Amino acid sequence: MNKAELILKVAEKSKVTQKVAKVIVDTIFKGMEEALARGERIEIRGFGSFVVRNYGAYKGRNPKTGEVVDVPPKKLPFFKVGKELKERINSRS
Amino acid sequence: MTKVDIISNVYEKVGFSKKEVARLVDTVFSIIKEVLEEGEMIKISGFGNFVVKDKKARRGRNPQTGKEIEISARRILTFKPSQSLKKAINS
Repeated sequence: MNKAELILKVAEKSKVTQKVAKVIVDTIFKGMEEALARGERIEIRGFGSFVVRNYGAYKGRNPKTGEVVDVPPKKLPFFKVGKELKERINSRS
Repeated sequence: MTKVDIISNVYEKVGFSKKEVARLVDTVFSIIKEVLEEGEMIKISGFGNFVVKDKKARRGRNPQTGKEIEISARRILTFKPSQSLKKAINS
């Protein structure tokens, strides 16, 4: 399911217009992006949490040419699924 | 950031009560959870993809005792951040 389909489903389920549903979905994820950009942790109960992890610089290799390249330090977001959702997903396997 | 902050963000954008906004935000996450529970992925352009993966059973080791154990087959949820989210975090 993509964002457009999610918006349609939200509109249908909550009896709001698609325009309003779009504002809601966009605002949720925009706010989450901004929080992560500030380095903030996000915790959504029943869903999961997001943290930003810092990685130091390291020497990598271009897999095509084998050439050694410097990889600069970077930050990456990590998602940890909540216990309830983890169990719900696994119970369907 | 918790759901309370997310609700405040949405409240500032729409003309509904806090209570209604809380219900709407809950609806968004419950739809996402239901879809993932069915094994279908959720793709949020500009944020990332939530992907359900089937993992085969494998042999592992109890790190405390060193004893070999069987890790059962399981279904897990992973998140792959979009390029634009990674860029926003590193800028």
